[in-house]
Amino acid sequence: MSALDELRQLRHGSVQVRKRDNKAAFWFLAPWFAGLVFITVGPVLASFGLGFTKYNLIQPPKFIGFDNFVRIFSDERLHNALRVTFTYVLVSVPLQLACALGVALLLDRGMRGLAFYRSAFYLPSLLGSSVAIAVLWTQVFGAEGLLNRVLGFFGVEGKGWISDPDTALSTLIVLNVWTFGSPMIIFLAGLRQIPAVYYEAASIDGASRWSQFWRITLPLLSPILFFNLVLQIIHAFQSFTQAFVVSGGTGGPSDSTMFYTLYLYQQGFSRFDMGYASALAWFLLLIIAAFTAINFWAAKFWVFYDD
Amino acid sequence: MTTDLRNTRFGRRLATPAKHLGLLLFGFVMLYPVLWMIASSLRPGDEIFRSPGLILDSLQTENYTEGWNALTPSFGTYMLNSAMLVLGCIVGNLVSCSMAAYAFARLNFSGKRWWFGIMLGTIMLPIHVIIVPQYVLFSQIGWVNTFLPLIVPKILATDAFFVFLMVQFIRGLPRELDEAARIDGCGHPRIFAQIVLPLMKPALATTTIFTFIWTWNDFFTQLIYLTDPEMYTVPVALRSFVDSTVATSWGSQFAMSVVSLIPIFLAFLIGQRYLVKGIATTGGK
Repeated sequence: MSALDELRQLRHGSVQVRKRDNKAAFWFLAPWFAGLVFITVGPVLASFGLGFTKYNLIQPPKFIGFDNFVRIFSDERLHNALRVTFTYVLVSVPLQLACALGVALLLDRGMRGLAFYRSAFYLPSLLGSSVAIAVLWTQVFGAEGLLNRVLGFFGVEGKGWISDPDTALSTLIVLNVWTFGSPMIIFLAGLRQIPAVYYEAASIDGASRWSQFWRITLPLLSPILFFNLVLQIIHAFQSFTQAFVVSGGTGGPSDSTMFYTLYLYQQGFSRFDMGYASALAWFLLLIIAAFTAINFWAAKFWVFYDD
Repeated sequence: MTTDLRNTRFGRRLATPAKHLGLLLFGFVMLYPVLWMIASSLRPGDEIFRSPGLILDSLQTENYTEGWNALTPSFGTYMLNSAMLVLGCIVGNLVSCSMAAYAFARLNFSGKRWWFGIMLGTIMLPIHVIIVPQYVLFSQIGWVNTFLPLIVPKILATDAFFVFLMVQFIRGLPRELDEAARIDGCGHPRIFAQIVLPLMKPALATTTIFTFIWTWNDFFTQLIYLTDPEMYTVPVALRSFVDSTVATSWGSQFAMSVVSLIPIFLAFLIGQRYLVKGIATTGGK
C-alpha cells in the first residue's frame, strides 16, 4: 500500500483502518478495561449482589433477601447520618461557592499581585483534606484552642466547639468553606472568557457595577457556577477524613459529625457487616445520582448558554 | 492584558489600595491557623496554649525529635512508605492513563463513544461505593497490608480524571504530526511513544503533581488497607499518633503535622503553574 493510499484512507476512514485501530485500541485500553472489570464498575455490580447477603469476610456470604435494604429504612442512626450529611452538603457548598465567586470577582484580570493572591487562596484546597489539618482543627476549635484564645482578647467566653454536639458540625462546615480555592480558580478562568466589550458597552449605557454583575457576569458565568455546584456537591458527599479525625473515628459527640461515609466505614470495617455496608454504598450512589440529576434538571431554569 | 472601563484612573486610585488591604487581611486570617501551627510546633509544649501569636522567643526542636520517635517504627519509616506509595501511583497513572487517553483521543475503534461515556461516568464514582467489594477481592488474594491495593488501581487507569485531562490535551495536538509519522511508516505504538508522549509533557506534569498531592493526603483507602504499623503511611501514622497521645502533647502532634505537610508545600511551590492550569481546564478537586 502506497503512502498516498494510506493517507487517503486516514482521511476517509476504511474498514481496514478501523480494524487496525480496533486492534491497537485493545492494547492501549487493556489496563483501563481491566480496571473497569476489577476496580470500578465490576465492584459496583458486585456490591449490589453483596447487598442481598449477610457477610463478615470469614463465613461465606449468606443470602438474606431484601433485609439489608429494609434495614436502611428503619435504621435511626443512619437517618441521623443522612441528616448530618445533607446539612453539611447543603450549607457548606453554597457558602464555599459564594466565597469562591466573591474572591474571584475581586481578583480582577490584570490586577497587581494576581498570581500571589491566587496561590494564597488556593493553598488551603490542597491542605484541607489532610489529617494534619484535621489535627489542627481539633486544636483550634477545642476548649483550650486558638479560637477561644483569640475570643478571650475581646472578652468573649468560648466553649469546646468540637465537643459540643450543637457546634461540632459547624467546625467541619467552616473547614469545607476554607477550601474555596479550587472553585475560585475555575471561576477566575470563566471570568476571563467574558469579553471586556460587554462591560464597556454597559457602562457607556450607564449601567452600574451592581447591574453589570447581575445582567452580564452572572448569566455568562452560570455554566461555570453549575459545573462547580455539581462537582462540589459530589465532593462534599464524600467527606470522610475530617469527621473521622476530629471525632476520633466515632462520629461523635452524640453522632453530630456522623457523615454517611463514616457510618458506612463503621458498618463495613469496624463491625465487618459487609452486606449492610454494600447496601449502604448503593444507597449512597443513588443519593448522589439523584442530587446530580436534580441539579441537571434545575439547570434548565437558571443556566444560560451563550451560543 | 485587556483594559476596560472598570479600571478608570479615578476608580483605581480610590478602590485598589482598599481592595489590596482587604484581600491581604482575608488571606492572612485564612492562613493564620496554619502559620500558627508552624510557630507553635517550635515552642516548648506548655506554651502552646498560652500564646495565640506567631512570634517566637526561642526555637525549640524538641517537639520534632519527640514526635518523630514517638511511635515504633519512627516517622522516618512512614515518610518512606508514603514516598514509595506516591512514586508507584505516579508511575502507574502516567503510563496507564496516557495509554487510555491516546486510544480515546486518536483511535477510531468500535463503540468508542460508549466506552468514552463510561469512562467519564467513573470520574464521578465515589470510592466509598466500590470499597467494600474491592476490599473483599483484595483480602481474598492476600493483598491487605501491602501497597498493591493502592497502586494496582492506578496501573489500571482507574483515575479517570487524568484520562480525561490527557484526552483533552491530546485533542489539542495537531493531527498532521500523526499523519506525517504514519506516512513514514510508524504504527500506533511508535506514534504514541515518539510523537504524542513527548508533546504532552504539560499534561503529564499536571498528572504527576495532582497524583502526588492526592495520594500523599489520601486517608480513607490507606486507613482501610494498611493496618500493620510497619506499613503505615504518613496520614495513617499521624492519626494513630494523635489517638494514642493525650491532648496535652499538642507540641509533638503539631510538629508531625507540619512534617506531613512539607511535601505538599513543596509540590505546591514547584507545580503551581500546572495545578492552576489543570484545575482551570478540567475542574479538579
